[in-house]
Amino acid sequence: MKKTLTLRERYLSDKRKKKIKIIALQIGLLILFFGLWELLAQTEVIDSFITSCPSRMFRTLKLLVKQDLFKHLGITLLECICGFLIATVLGTIIAILLWWSKTLRKVLEPYIVVLNSLPKIALGPVIIIWMGAGYGAIIAMTVLICIIVTIMSVLAGFMECDEDKILLMRAMGANKFQILFKLLLPASLPNLISVLKINVGLSWVGVIMGEYLVSSAGLGYLIIYGGQVFKLDLVMTSTMILCLLAALMYLTVALIEKHVKKSR
Amino acid sequence: MEILKIDNVSLIYQTDEAETEALKDVNLSIQEGEFVAVIGPSGCGKTTILTLISGLMKPTSGKIYLDGEIIDRPVGDIGYMLQRDHLFPWRTILSNTLLGPELQKKKTPEAVEYASGLIDKYGLGEFKKAYPNQLSGGMRQRAALIRTLAYRPKILLLDEPFSALDYQTRLKVCDDVHGIIKSEKKTAILVTHDISEAISLADRIVVLTHRPATVKKIYEPKLSGSPLARREDQSFSRWFDVIYKDVSV
Repeated sequence: MKKTLTLRERYLSDKRKKKIKIIALQIGLLILFFGLWELLAQTEVIDSFITSCPSRMFRTLKLLVKQDLFKHLGITLLECICGFLIATVLGTIIAILLWWSKTLRKVLEPYIVVLNSLPKIALGPVIIIWMGAGYGAIIAMTVLICIIVTIMSVLAGFMECDEDKILLMRAMGANKFQILFKLLLPASLPNLISVLKINVGLSWVGVIMGEYLVSSAGLGYLIIYGGQVFKLDLVMTSTMILCLLAALMYLTVALIEKHVKKSR
Repeated sequence: MEILKIDNVSLIYQTDEAETEALKDVNLSIQEGEFVAVIGPSGCGKTTILTLISGLMKPTSGKIYLDGEIIDRPVGDIGYMLQRDHLFPWRTILSNTLLGPELQKKKTPEAVEYASGLIDKYGLGEFKKAYPNQLSGGMRQRAALIRTLAYRPKILLLDEPFSALDYQTRLKVCDDVHGIIKSEKKTAILVTHDISEAISLADRIVVLTHRPATVKKIYEPKLSGSPLARREDQSFSRWFDVIYKDVSV
């Protein structure tokens, strides 16, 4: 017997079907990609010595887990999170200072613009010499890459704030601190979250770049080492793990965003 | 009793391009409990007068006295109401109305009670815990007025507070705001370009000249009742004609 659906039920079921279809296609694409890769490697259409292939990557992964994968993973993750947090907090504080003093803002404006367009990797040698060839240098690289964008976007968010709202608060007798904490910061929360999202991506760029320059451990080290000794399995496996970690960190921020949106 | 005195105030703006004389020898005296409307050609410096009264800007010459004291900086005795309500979307209605006492570090249990009482009295009781986006435009403007009243300012400055509302809502909110201000016995200055709005709300209407603005004429229509009732008064259209001619010349 065919059950008749109400308009609402049909709408909801259609919507669910579409969602399932999208997810199925997304997973399908992934399977197709790895499947094709494996197939081409097995049939020796492509040289798996140069391109590696999923089965070899899986073997490398098992080997790595037995050896010291988690040490490398932990170090990279720690460097990344440290850099991310330092850059976000420090960048926000600097943005607040720049908002606070118009003179400071005007004076530093050209320097920030120049620093923003400078490829930060050019400072690599300087950082290594100053910070030593260790975690410090990698974190410094990460901070350097994230902080300028953080300063600029947070400041832009502050400057966008409605002048009338500030006028209203000043007429009520508010001081600058109160305008900052009761208006600007809460009002730019969505902006701050989008800065976090950008920084997740950038901090991975910084960490891997830092590890390419100096390091004796970490995922970036594994990739560069793998490249040097021509172990493409190692390069590809580490890259895949990197993908996974970056995705996880992004999802965490997205989760925070969802939570913040809900509480507003 | 005189609550506000604008004594020979002039203001000259400086910008990179030019020097602009915005106000010239403005004199005005406002009594406690009075509702005064300021109208004039657009861009004549109506809003500037409010900015000066609030102490956010200093006159180039002349003095403004609030309750006998010279105003030269914002002291929190002024209630501002603007075209948009500017309620903070991340705060509940109650918390929005407590912004003033909070900023002035006077958020005592009495202040909370007073704000909460105002919300109840003016029909937003069930929305205390609601957020601004759950309210209609008219209700939001009422909440904005309550926020302004909650820190007991000596004088209210209304800068075209109804012009963002559609016509139907505007008449209703006009009535609302007028009723609330009268029942709280507040002094108010309304800046508007809408002549009928000025006649329907104000006890006195101050007409300004073109820039540099100065007081051209003061009308006292002596209509009574709510804004809607005044709009139906026989003499309403006569006042409108008189003032209209004066403003457009």
